[in-house]
Amino acid sequence: MIIVKQKHLSKILEMTKDFKKLLIVGCDGCASVVQVGGERQAKILKSLLEMEKKMKGEEPTAIKAISILRQCDRQISATALKPWMEDYDGILCLGCGVGVQTLAEICESTPVIPGTDTKFLGMHDTKSDKFYEMCSACGDCLLFETGGICPITRCAKSLLNGPCGGQTEGKCEVGGWKNDCAWILIYNRLKERGRLDLFTKFRAPRDYRVSEHPREASIDSDEGKSSNE
Amino acid sequence: MSSEAYGELMKQINQGRFVFTGELEPVKTTNLEEVIEGARTLKDHVVAVNITDNPTAFGYMNALVPSYLIQREAGVEAVYQMTTRDRNRLALISDVLAAGALGIKNILALTGDHTTVGDTPQAKPVFDLDSAGFVYMLKKMVDEGLDLNNNKIEEPPKFNIGIAAAPNANPLEPEILKIERKVKLGADFIQTQCVYSVEQAENFMEAIETYSIKTPILIGVAPFKSIGMMEWMVKFVPGIKVPKEIQDVLRKAKKAGGKEPVYEANTEIFGELLKGIRKSTKVAGIHTMAIGFEWIVPKIIERAGFRTSKG
Ligand code: SF4
Ligand code: SF4
Repeated sequence: MIIVKQKHLSKILEMTKDFKKLLIVGCDGCASVVQVGGERQAKILKSLLEMEKKMKGEEPTAIKAISILRQCDRQISATALKPWMEDYDGILCLGCGVGVQTLAEICESTPVIPGTDTKFLGMHDTKSDKFYEMCSACGDCLLFETGGICPITRCAKSLLNGPCGGQTEGKCEVGGWKNDCAWILIYNRLKERGRLDLFTKFRAPRDYRVSEHPREASIDSDEGKSSNE
Repeated sequence: MSSEAYGELMKQINQGRFVFTGELEPVKTTNLEEVIEGARTLKDHVVAVNITDNPTAFGYMNALVPSYLIQREAGVEAVYQMTTRDRNRLALISDVLAAGALGIKNILALTGDHTTVGDTPQAKPVFDLDSAGFVYMLKKMVDEGLDLNNNKIEEPPKFNIGIAAAPNANPLEPEILKIERKVKLGADFIQTQCVYSVEQAENFMEAIETYSIKTPILIGVAPFKSIGMMEWMVKFVPGIKVPKEIQDVLRKAKKAGGKEPVYEANTEIFGELLKGIRKSTKVAGIHTMAIGFEWIVPKIIERAGFRTSKG
Protein backbone atom coordinates (compact mmCIF):
# COMPACT_ATOMS: atom_id res chain seq x y z
CA MET A 1 0.00 0.00 0.00
CA ILE A 2 0.97 3.66 -0.16
CA ILE A 3 2.56 4.81 3.07
CA VAL A 4 1.74 8.37 4.14
CA LYS A 5 2.72 10.35 7.22
CA GLN A 6 0.83 13.31 8.59
CA LYS A 7 2.70 16.57 8.33
CA HIS A 8 3.65 18.34 11.53
CA LEU A 9 0.75 20.21 13.11
CA SER A 10 2.59 23.53 12.97
CA LYS A 11 3.11 23.04 9.24
CA ILE A 12 -0.57 22.27 8.75
CA LEU A 13 -1.55 25.37 10.73
CA GLU A 14 0.80 27.48 8.64
CA MET A 15 -0.52 26.09 5.33
CA THR A 16 -4.18 26.56 6.31
CA LYS A 17 -3.97 29.86 8.21
CA ASP A 18 -5.80 31.95 5.62
CA PHE A 19 -8.89 29.77 5.38
CA LYS A 20 -12.09 30.75 7.14
CA LYS A 21 -13.88 27.51 6.34
CA LEU A 22 -11.79 24.37 6.07
CA LEU A 23 -12.87 20.93 4.86
CA ILE A 24 -10.65 18.10 6.06
CA VAL A 25 -10.94 15.12 3.73
CA GLY A 26 -9.70 11.73 4.88
CA CYS A 27 -9.33 8.64 2.74
CA ASP A 28 -10.52 5.17 3.75
CA GLY A 29 -7.90 3.49 1.56
CA CYS A 30 -4.19 3.11 2.31
CA ALA A 31 -4.07 6.31 4.37
CA SER A 32 -6.58 4.93 6.85
CA VAL A 33 -4.73 1.63 7.20
CA VAL A 34 -1.58 3.47 8.21
CA GLN A 35 -3.76 5.40 10.67
CA VAL A 36 -3.01 8.79 9.21
CA GLY A 37 -5.77 9.71 6.87
CA GLY A 38 -8.98 7.89 7.79
CA GLU A 39 -12.19 9.40 9.06
CA ARG A 40 -11.11 9.08 12.69
CA GLN A 41 -7.84 10.89 12.03
CA ALA A 42 -9.67 13.60 10.11
CA LYS A 43 -11.87 14.21 13.15
CA ILE A 44 -8.94 14.18 15.56
CA LEU A 45 -7.07 16.65 13.40
CA LYS A 46 -10.16 18.90 13.34
CA SER A 47 -10.19 19.01 17.15
CA LEU A 48 -6.44 19.64 17.32
CA LEU A 49 -6.59 22.53 14.88
CA GLU A 50 -9.54 24.07 16.72
CA MET A 51 -7.76 23.72 20.04
CA GLU A 52 -4.56 25.29 18.78
CA LYS A 53 -6.43 28.31 17.45
CA LYS A 54 -8.30 28.67 20.70
CA MET A 55 -5.15 28.49 22.78
CA LYS A 56 -3.49 31.12 20.65
CA GLY A 57 -6.58 33.28 20.89
CA GLU A 58 -6.94 33.36 17.13
CA GLU A 59 -10.20 33.66 15.26
CA PRO A 60 -11.69 30.16 14.97
CA THR A 61 -11.85 28.42 11.62
CA ALA A 62 -15.05 26.57 10.77
CA ILE A 63 -13.86 23.03 10.19
CA LYS A 64 -15.67 19.96 8.93
CA ALA A 65 -14.12 16.51 8.69
CA ILE A 66 -15.29 13.92 6.19
CA SER A 67 -13.80 10.86 4.61
CA ILE A 68 -13.92 9.33 1.12
CA LEU A 69 -13.89 5.63 0.27
CA ARG A 70 -10.93 5.99 -2.13
CA GLN A 71 -9.62 9.42 -3.01
CA CYS A 72 -7.63 7.99 -5.92
CA ASP A 73 -10.90 7.22 -7.72
CA ARG A 74 -11.98 10.35 -9.50
CA GLN A 75 -15.68 9.48 -9.76
CA ILE A 76 -16.01 8.30 -6.18
CA SER A 77 -14.28 11.46 -4.96
CA ALA A 78 -16.41 13.76 -7.13
CA THR A 79 -19.61 12.23 -5.83
CA ALA A 80 -18.47 12.38 -2.21
CA LEU A 81 -17.28 15.98 -2.43
CA LYS A 82 -20.26 17.37 -4.29
CA PRO A 83 -22.40 18.28 -1.26
CA TRP A 84 -19.51 20.17 0.39
CA MET A 85 -17.11 21.68 -2.01
CA GLU A 86 -18.98 24.95 -2.61
CA ASP A 87 -19.14 25.80 1.07
CA TYR A 88 -15.44 25.76 1.92
CA ASP A 89 -12.59 28.04 0.91
CA GLY A 90 -9.90 25.45 1.60
CA ILE A 91 -9.56 21.67 1.57
CA LEU A 92 -7.03 19.81 3.67
CA CYS A 93 -6.44 16.39 2.18
CA LEU A 94 -5.25 13.47 4.31
CA GLY A 95 -4.86 11.02 1.45
CA CYS A 96 -1.66 10.43 -0.52
CA GLY A 97 -0.31 12.69 -3.26
CA VAL A 98 -2.64 11.01 -5.74
CA GLY A 99 -5.60 11.87 -3.52
CA VAL A 100 -4.53 15.52 -3.21
CA GLN A 101 -4.28 15.88 -6.97
CA THR A 102 -7.52 14.06 -7.64
CA LEU A 103 -9.37 16.39 -5.25
CA ALA A 104 -7.61 19.39 -6.79
CA GLU A 105 -8.84 18.40 -10.26
CA ILE A 106 -12.38 18.08 -8.98
CA CYS A 107 -12.45 21.31 -6.97
CA GLU A 108 -10.68 23.52 -9.46
CA SER A 109 -11.46 26.80 -7.72
CA THR A 110 -10.69 25.68 -4.14
CA PRO A 111 -7.10 25.21 -2.98
CA VAL A 112 -6.35 21.65 -1.85
CA ILE A 113 -3.59 21.42 0.74
CA PRO A 114 -1.63 18.23 1.45
CA GLY A 115 -1.91 17.29 5.11
CA THR A 116 0.43 14.35 4.66
CA ASP A 117 3.73 13.45 3.09
CA THR A 118 3.59 10.48 0.76
CA LYS A 119 6.51 8.25 1.62
CA PHE A 120 6.64 4.98 -0.30
CA LEU A 121 5.03 1.74 -1.40
CA GLY A 122 5.32 -0.54 1.54
CA MET A 123 4.42 -3.64 3.46
CA HIS A 124 2.88 -3.44 6.92
CA ASP A 125 4.35 -5.81 9.47
CA THR A 126 1.84 -5.76 12.29
CA LYS A 127 4.22 -7.62 14.60
CA SER A 128 6.83 -4.88 14.61
CA ASP A 129 4.16 -2.35 13.67
CA LYS A 130 6.45 -0.96 11.02
CA PHE A 131 6.15 -0.26 7.34
CA TYR A 132 8.84 -1.38 4.96
CA GLU A 133 9.47 -0.01 1.48
CA MET A 134 9.23 -2.85 -1.02
CA CYS A 135 8.64 -1.54 -4.53
CA SER A 136 9.39 1.65 -6.41
CA ALA A 137 7.09 0.97 -9.35
CA CYS A 138 10.03 0.70 -11.74
CA GLY A 139 7.84 -0.54 -14.56
CA ASP A 140 9.91 -3.62 -15.35
CA CYS A 141 9.65 -6.10 -12.50
CA LEU A 142 12.59 -8.46 -12.06
CA LEU A 143 11.51 -10.19 -8.86
CA PHE A 144 11.40 -13.50 -10.73
CA GLU A 145 15.18 -13.59 -10.85
CA THR A 146 16.04 -12.07 -7.50
CA GLY A 147 14.32 -14.53 -5.21
CA GLY A 148 11.32 -12.24 -4.72
CA ILE A 149 13.45 -9.49 -3.13
CA CYS A 150 13.52 -6.15 -4.93
CA PRO A 151 17.05 -4.77 -5.45
CA ILE A 152 15.72 -1.65 -7.15
CA THR A 153 14.06 -0.59 -3.92
CA ARG A 154 15.77 -2.44 -1.11
CA CYS A 155 19.35 -1.94 -2.27
CA ALA A 156 20.26 1.65 -1.45
CA LYS A 157 22.05 1.98 -4.79
CA SER A 158 19.47 0.03 -6.83
CA LEU A 159 22.26 -2.21 -8.04
CA LEU A 160 21.45 -4.90 -10.58
CA ASN A 161 24.60 -6.91 -9.96
CA GLY A 162 25.28 -6.41 -6.27
CA PRO A 163 26.34 -6.55 -3.48
CA CYS A 164 28.63 -3.53 -3.41
CA GLY A 165 31.77 -3.18 -1.33
CA GLY A 166 29.78 -1.38 1.34
CA GLN A 167 28.11 -4.49 2.74
CA THR A 168 29.48 -5.96 5.94
CA GLU A 169 28.11 -9.10 7.52
CA GLY A 170 24.96 -8.70 5.51
CA LYS A 171 24.38 -5.08 6.51
CA CYS A 172 24.31 -2.01 4.27
CA GLU A 173 26.72 0.93 4.54
CA VAL A 174 23.83 3.32 4.06
CA GLY A 175 22.40 4.19 7.43
CA GLY A 176 25.42 2.86 9.27
CA TRP A 177 25.24 -0.93 8.79
CA LYS A 178 21.87 -1.36 10.46
CA ASN A 179 19.69 -2.31 7.50
CA ASP A 180 19.95 -5.60 5.68
CA CYS A 181 21.90 -5.56 2.45
CA ALA A 182 19.29 -6.54 -0.13
CA TRP A 183 21.89 -8.32 -2.24
CA ILE A 184 22.97 -10.57 0.62
CA LEU A 185 19.30 -11.40 1.22
CA ILE A 186 18.99 -12.21 -2.47
CA TYR A 187 22.18 -14.27 -2.44
CA ASN A 188 21.06 -16.28 0.59
CA ARG A 189 17.64 -16.99 -0.82
CA LEU A 190 18.88 -17.99 -4.26
CA LYS A 191 21.58 -20.16 -2.72
CA GLU A 192 18.99 -21.89 -0.56
CA ARG A 193 16.97 -22.61 -3.67
CA GLY A 194 19.97 -23.85 -5.61
CA ARG A 195 19.59 -20.97 -8.06
CA LEU A 196 22.90 -19.12 -7.78
CA ASP A 197 22.87 -19.05 -11.58
CA LEU A 198 20.34 -16.23 -11.21
CA PHE A 199 22.69 -14.41 -8.85
CA THR A 200 25.74 -14.67 -11.08
CA LYS A 201 23.91 -13.78 -14.29
CA PHE A 202 24.79 -10.35 -15.67
CA ARG A 203 21.88 -7.95 -15.68
CA ALA A 204 22.61 -5.34 -18.35
CA PRO A 205 21.87 -1.64 -17.72
CA ARG A 206 18.13 -0.99 -17.59
CA ASP A 207 16.04 0.88 -20.11
CA TYR A 208 14.71 3.80 -18.09
CA ARG A 209 12.20 4.75 -20.74
CA VAL A 210 9.76 2.34 -19.08
CA SER A 211 9.65 4.55 -16.02
CA GLU A 212 9.74 7.92 -17.71
CA HIS A 213 7.31 10.36 -16.07
CA PRO A 214 4.42 10.83 -16.32
CA ARG A 215 3.18 7.32 -17.01
CA GLU A 216 -0.28 6.18 -17.90
CA ALA A 217 -1.92 2.82 -18.32
CA SER A 218 -5.31 1.48 -19.32
CA ILE A 219 -7.06 -1.68 -18.30
CA ASP A 220 -8.34 -2.94 -21.65
CA SER A 221 -5.77 -2.08 -24.24
CA ASP A 222 -2.24 -3.38 -24.62
CA GLU A 223 -0.95 0.04 -23.67
CA GLY A 224 -1.26 -1.03 -20.08
CA LYS A 225 1.09 -3.97 -20.56
CA SER A 226 4.80 -3.62 -20.45
CA SER A 227 6.24 -4.00 -23.89
CA ASN A 228 9.77 -5.02 -23.00
CA GLU A 229 10.85 -7.94 -25.08
CA MET B 1 44.69 -15.30 -21.29
CA SER B 2 46.48 -12.06 -20.54
CA SER B 3 44.83 -8.88 -21.74
CA GLU B 4 46.23 -6.62 -24.39
CA ALA B 5 48.30 -3.94 -22.66
CA TYR B 6 47.51 -0.33 -23.46
CA GLY B 7 49.81 1.11 -20.82
CA GLU B 8 52.79 0.41 -18.66
CA LEU B 9 50.76 -1.12 -15.80
CA MET B 10 49.31 -3.92 -17.89
CA LYS B 11 52.52 -4.33 -19.83
CA GLN B 12 54.54 -5.02 -16.69
CA ILE B 13 51.86 -7.31 -15.31
CA ASN B 14 51.85 -9.26 -18.56
CA GLN B 15 55.63 -9.54 -18.36
CA GLY B 16 55.17 -11.22 -15.02
CA ARG B 17 56.78 -8.46 -13.01
CA PHE B 18 55.60 -7.86 -9.47
CA VAL B 19 54.08 -4.39 -9.62
CA PHE B 20 53.23 -1.64 -7.19
CA THR B 21 50.62 1.04 -7.64
CA GLY B 22 49.98 4.10 -5.52
CA GLU B 23 47.05 6.36 -4.79
CA LEU B 24 46.54 10.11 -4.70
CA GLU B 25 43.51 12.13 -3.76
CA PRO B 26 42.68 15.51 -5.28
CA VAL B 27 40.72 17.30 -2.56
CA LYS B 28 38.48 20.35 -2.23
CA THR B 29 40.85 22.81 -3.82
CA THR B 30 41.91 24.16 -7.17
CA ASN B 31 45.53 23.63 -6.28
CA LEU B 32 47.10 20.47 -7.63
CA GLU B 33 50.66 21.00 -6.45
CA GLU B 34 50.39 18.45 -3.68
CA VAL B 35 48.98 15.79 -5.97
CA ILE B 36 51.69 16.35 -8.55
CA GLU B 37 54.34 16.40 -5.84
CA GLY B 38 52.92 13.14 -4.48
CA ALA B 39 53.13 11.66 -7.97
CA ARG B 40 56.78 12.71 -8.20
CA THR B 41 57.47 11.04 -4.85
CA LEU B 42 55.91 7.80 -6.05
CA LYS B 43 57.25 7.93 -9.58
CA ASP B 44 60.28 5.67 -9.32
CA HIS B 45 58.61 3.18 -7.03
CA VAL B 46 55.25 2.40 -8.56
CA VAL B 47 54.19 1.68 -12.09
CA ALA B 48 50.96 3.65 -11.90
CA VAL B 49 49.01 5.87 -9.52
CA ASN B 50 45.27 5.82 -8.91
CA ILE B 51 43.47 9.13 -8.75
CA THR B 52 40.39 8.87 -6.59
CA ASP B 53 36.96 10.03 -7.75
CA ASN B 54 35.10 11.82 -4.95
CA PRO B 55 36.14 9.19 -2.39
CA THR B 56 33.58 8.36 0.30
CA ALA B 57 31.27 10.71 -1.59
CA PHE B 58 33.12 13.89 -0.69
CA GLY B 59 32.81 16.55 -3.37
CA TYR B 60 36.37 17.00 -4.60
CA MET B 61 38.05 17.98 -7.82
CA ASN B 62 37.20 15.93 -10.88
CA ALA B 63 39.72 13.05 -11.10
CA LEU B 64 40.40 13.30 -14.82
CA VAL B 65 42.36 16.54 -14.68
CA PRO B 66 44.89 15.32 -12.11
CA SER B 67 45.04 11.93 -13.90
CA TYR B 68 46.13 13.79 -16.99
CA LEU B 69 48.45 16.16 -15.14
CA ILE B 70 50.39 13.53 -13.21
CA GLN B 71 51.13 11.87 -16.54
CA ARG B 72 52.22 15.12 -18.12
CA GLU B 73 53.95 16.84 -15.21
CA ALA B 74 55.30 13.93 -13.19
CA GLY B 75 55.59 11.29 -15.88
CA VAL B 76 53.61 8.69 -13.92
CA GLU B 77 50.88 6.61 -15.52
CA ALA B 78 47.44 7.20 -14.03
CA VAL B 79 44.68 4.82 -13.07
CA TYR B 80 41.67 7.09 -13.50
CA GLN B 81 39.04 6.03 -10.98
CA MET B 82 35.46 6.53 -12.09
CA THR B 83 32.33 5.92 -10.04
CA THR B 84 28.83 5.51 -11.40
CA ARG B 85 27.44 7.32 -8.36
CA ASP B 86 27.71 10.81 -9.85
CA ARG B 87 27.16 10.27 -13.55
CA ASN B 88 24.52 8.71 -15.74
CA ARG B 89 25.60 6.78 -18.81
CA LEU B 90 25.74 9.89 -20.98
CA ALA B 91 28.14 11.59 -18.58
CA LEU B 92 30.18 8.38 -18.28
CA ILE B 93 30.57 8.16 -22.05
CA SER B 94 31.66 11.82 -22.20
CA ASP B 95 34.27 11.41 -19.51
CA VAL B 96 35.56 8.15 -20.93
CA LEU B 97 36.02 9.74 -24.36
CA ALA B 98 37.73 12.72 -22.75
CA ALA B 99 40.05 10.36 -20.86
CA GLY B 100 40.89 8.67 -24.14
CA ALA B 101 41.70 12.00 -25.72
CA LEU B 102 43.99 12.88 -22.82
CA GLY B 103 45.98 9.67 -23.09
CA ILE B 104 44.71 7.88 -20.00
CA LYS B 105 45.63 4.19 -20.10
CA ASN B 106 43.72 2.70 -17.18
CA ILE B 107 40.23 3.17 -15.80
CA LEU B 108 39.14 1.69 -12.50
CA ALA B 109 35.38 1.11 -12.76
CA LEU B 110 33.62 1.62 -9.44
CA THR B 111 30.10 1.93 -8.14
CA GLY B 112 31.18 4.40 -5.46
CA ASP B 113 30.17 4.95 -1.86
CA HIS B 114 26.63 6.17 -1.37
CA THR B 115 26.05 9.94 -1.39
CA THR B 116 24.62 9.81 2.12
CA VAL B 117 27.98 8.82 3.66
CA GLY B 118 29.77 11.87 2.21
CA ASP B 119 30.04 15.60 2.80
CA THR B 120 27.07 16.46 0.61
CA PRO B 121 24.56 13.88 1.79
CA GLN B 122 21.58 15.82 0.37
CA ALA B 123 22.71 15.04 -3.19
CA LYS B 124 20.64 12.86 -5.49
CA PRO B 125 22.63 9.68 -6.17
CA VAL B 126 22.75 8.53 -9.78
CA PHE B 127 23.72 4.85 -10.06
CA ASP B 128 22.34 4.64 -13.60
CA LEU B 129 24.85 1.82 -14.17
CA ASP B 130 26.49 -0.33 -11.54
CA SER B 131 30.16 -1.26 -11.73
CA ALA B 132 29.37 -4.42 -13.72
CA GLY B 133 27.33 -2.45 -16.23
CA PHE B 134 30.13 0.08 -16.43
CA VAL B 135 32.74 -2.61 -17.17
CA TYR B 136 30.42 -3.92 -19.87
CA MET B 137 30.16 -0.44 -21.37
CA LEU B 138 33.91 0.20 -21.24
CA LYS B 139 34.73 -3.12 -22.83
CA LYS B 140 32.32 -2.43 -25.66
CA MET B 141 33.81 1.01 -26.23
CA VAL B 142 37.39 -0.27 -26.23
CA ASP B 143 37.00 -3.54 -28.15
CA GLU B 144 34.14 -2.85 -30.49
CA GLY B 145 34.30 0.91 -30.79
CA LEU B 146 30.61 1.09 -29.87
CA ASP B 147 28.70 2.77 -27.08
CA LEU B 148 25.96 1.05 -25.09
CA ASN B 149 23.46 1.63 -27.88
CA ASN B 150 25.83 0.35 -30.56
CA ASN B 151 26.48 3.83 -31.88
CA LYS B 152 29.85 3.95 -33.54
CA ILE B 153 32.73 5.81 -31.89
CA GLU B 154 34.95 7.50 -34.45
CA GLU B 155 38.26 6.80 -32.75
CA PRO B 156 37.55 4.46 -29.86
CA PRO B 157 39.49 4.91 -26.62
CA LYS B 158 42.05 2.30 -25.57
CA PHE B 159 42.24 1.48 -21.87
CA ASN B 160 42.85 -1.36 -19.56
CA ILE B 161 39.89 -1.84 -17.29
CA GLY B 162 40.34 -2.34 -13.57
CA ILE B 163 37.82 -3.31 -10.91
CA ALA B 164 37.85 -3.16 -7.13
CA ALA B 165 37.36 -6.06 -4.76
CA ALA B 166 36.71 -6.46 -1.05
CA PRO B 167 39.02 -9.21 0.22
CA ASN B 168 37.52 -9.13 3.70
CA ALA B 169 33.93 -9.29 2.51
CA ASN B 170 31.79 -11.38 4.80
CA PRO B 171 30.17 -13.44 3.38
CA LEU B 172 32.92 -13.81 0.80
CA GLU B 173 31.24 -15.98 -1.82
CA PRO B 174 28.91 -13.31 -3.27
CA GLU B 175 31.92 -10.99 -3.57
CA ILE B 176 33.90 -13.64 -5.47
CA LEU B 177 30.92 -14.35 -7.73
CA LYS B 178 30.72 -10.65 -8.47
CA ILE B 179 34.40 -10.49 -9.34
CA GLU B 180 33.93 -13.52 -11.58
CA ARG B 181 31.09 -11.78 -13.39
CA LYS B 182 33.14 -8.62 -13.99
CA VAL B 183 36.09 -10.69 -15.16
CA LYS B 184 33.85 -12.38 -17.69
CA LEU B 185 32.65 -8.96 -18.79
CA GLY B 186 36.22 -7.94 -19.53
CA ALA B 187 38.05 -6.60 -16.46
CA ASP B 188 41.81 -6.69 -17.05
CA PHE B 189 43.06 -6.22 -13.50
CA ILE B 190 41.80 -6.08 -9.93
CA GLN B 191 42.83 -3.74 -7.11
CA THR B 192 41.55 -4.66 -3.68
CA GLN B 193 40.61 -2.76 -0.56
CA CYS B 194 43.20 -3.08 2.16
CA VAL B 195 44.22 -6.15 4.09
CA TYR B 196 46.10 -6.05 7.39
CA SER B 197 47.48 -9.55 7.56
CA VAL B 198 49.02 -12.12 5.27
CA GLU B 199 46.25 -14.46 6.31
CA GLN B 200 43.55 -12.09 5.01
CA ALA B 201 45.32 -11.99 1.65
CA GLU B 202 45.76 -15.75 1.62
CA ASN B 203 42.10 -16.45 2.35
CA PHE B 204 41.01 -14.15 -0.41
CA MET B 205 43.44 -15.55 -2.95
CA GLU B 206 42.41 -19.06 -2.04
CA ALA B 207 38.78 -18.23 -2.76
CA ILE B 208 39.81 -16.58 -6.03
CA GLU B 209 41.67 -19.72 -7.07
CA THR B 210 38.71 -21.93 -6.18
CA TYR B 211 36.75 -20.03 -8.79
CA SER B 212 39.61 -20.28 -11.30
CA ILE B 213 39.84 -16.52 -11.66
CA LYS B 214 43.10 -15.78 -13.46
CA THR B 215 42.88 -11.99 -13.68
CA PRO B 216 45.90 -10.30 -12.07
CA ILE B 217 45.21 -9.04 -8.57
CA LEU B 218 46.90 -6.17 -6.74
CA ILE B 219 46.25 -6.51 -3.02
CA GLY B 220 45.54 -3.24 -1.23
CA VAL B 221 47.74 -2.18 1.64
CA ALA B 222 47.23 1.01 3.63
CA PRO B 223 49.63 2.09 6.38
CA PHE B 224 48.25 4.33 9.10
CA LYS B 225 49.09 7.98 8.89
CA SER B 226 48.28 8.38 12.57
CA ILE B 227 47.08 6.40 15.53
CA GLY B 228 43.93 8.49 15.49
CA MET B 229 43.16 7.24 12.00
CA MET B 230 43.71 3.65 13.06
CA GLU B 231 41.52 4.00 16.13
CA TRP B 232 38.79 5.56 14.05
CA MET B 233 38.86 2.80 11.47
CA VAL B 234 38.90 0.05 14.05
CA LYS B 235 35.97 1.63 15.82
CA PHE B 236 33.78 2.86 13.01
CA VAL B 237 34.48 0.88 9.86
CA PRO B 238 33.04 -2.59 10.25
CA GLY B 239 34.76 -5.18 8.14
CA ILE B 240 38.20 -3.65 8.61
CA LYS B 241 40.12 -6.10 10.69
CA VAL B 242 43.37 -4.77 12.08
CA PRO B 243 45.09 -7.55 14.06
CA LYS B 244 45.57 -6.73 17.69
CA GLU B 245 49.37 -7.10 17.51
CA ILE B 246 49.54 -4.36 14.88
CA GLN B 247 47.34 -2.08 16.96
CA ASP B 248 49.48 -2.69 20.02
CA VAL B 249 52.79 -2.09 18.27
CA LEU B 250 51.53 1.18 16.80
CA ARG B 251 50.06 2.40 20.08
CA LYS B 252 53.28 1.56 21.85
CA ALA B 253 55.30 3.46 19.26
CA LYS B 254 53.08 6.48 19.75
CA LYS B 255 53.57 6.37 23.50
CA ALA B 256 57.31 5.98 23.07
CA GLY B 257 57.74 9.18 21.18
CA GLY B 258 55.04 10.39 18.82
CA LYS B 259 55.08 10.61 15.06
CA GLU B 260 58.49 9.34 14.06
CA PRO B 261 58.36 6.03 15.92
CA VAL B 262 54.83 5.52 14.52
CA TYR B 263 56.14 5.96 10.99
CA GLU B 264 58.98 3.57 11.73
CA ALA B 265 56.61 1.00 13.17
CA ASN B 266 54.43 1.40 10.06
CA THR B 267 57.39 0.78 7.81
CA GLU B 268 58.27 -2.32 9.75
CA ILE B 269 54.74 -3.72 9.95
CA PHE B 270 53.72 -3.04 6.38
CA GLY B 271 57.12 -3.98 4.98
CA GLU B 272 56.71 -7.39 6.61
CA LEU B 273 53.15 -7.60 5.34
CA LEU B 274 54.24 -6.97 1.75
CA LYS B 275 56.96 -9.54 2.04
CA GLY B 276 54.58 -12.10 3.48
CA ILE B 277 51.92 -11.52 0.84
CA ARG B 278 54.41 -11.87 -1.95
CA LYS B 279 55.85 -15.02 -0.47
CA SER B 280 52.67 -16.92 0.23
CA THR B 281 50.23 -15.85 -2.48
CA LYS B 282 50.15 -15.52 -6.23
CA VAL B 283 49.22 -11.85 -6.37
CA ALA B 284 50.41 -9.74 -9.31
CA GLY B 285 51.36 -6.85 -7.08
CA ILE B 286 50.44 -4.49 -4.29
CA HIS B 287 48.26 -1.40 -4.40
CA THR B 288 49.56 1.02 -1.78
CA MET B 289 47.35 3.69 -0.27
CA ALA B 290 49.22 6.30 1.76
CA ILE B 291 47.34 9.50 1.05
CA GLY B 292 49.21 12.52 2.36
CA PHE B 293 52.37 10.61 3.30
CA GLU B 294 53.35 9.04 0.01
CA TRP B 295 56.99 9.22 1.03
CA ILE B 296 56.47 6.17 3.21
CA VAL B 297 55.68 3.94 0.22
CA PRO B 298 59.29 3.68 -1.03
CA LYS B 299 60.42 2.97 2.54
CA ILE B 300 57.91 0.16 2.97
CA ILE B 301 58.79 -1.33 -0.40
CA GLU B 302 62.45 -1.18 0.49
CA ARG B 303 61.83 -2.65 3.93
CA ALA B 304 60.04 -5.55 2.23
CA GLY B 305 63.20 -6.22 0.30
CA PHE B 306 61.93 -5.37 -3.18
CA ARG B 307 63.67 -3.52 -5.88
CA THR B 308 61.05 -1.02 -7.05
CA SER B 309 58.81 -2.01 -9.93
CA LYS B 310 60.76 0.12 -12.36
CA GLY B 311 64.10 -1.03 -11.05
S1 SF4 C 1 11.52 -4.78 -9.60
FE1 SF4 C 1 10.38 -2.89 -10.02
S2 SF4 C 1 8.21 -3.49 -10.07
FE2 SF4 C 1 9.37 -5.20 -9.14
S3 SF4 C 1 9.22 -4.83 -6.93
FE3 SF4 C 1 11.10 -3.83 -7.64
S4 SF4 C 1 10.55 -1.73 -8.14
FE4 SF4 C 1 8.67 -2.91 -7.96
S1 SF4 D 1 25.38 -2.69 0.95
FE1 SF4 D 1 23.95 -3.95 -0.19
S2 SF4 D 1 21.98 -2.87 -0.07
FE2 SF4 D 1 23.58 -1.44 0.55
S3 SF4 D 1 24.06 -0.32 -1.32
FE3 SF4 D 1 25.52 -2.04 -1.18
S4 SF4 D 1 24.57 -3.72 -2.31
FE4 SF4 D 1 22.99 -2.19 -1.94
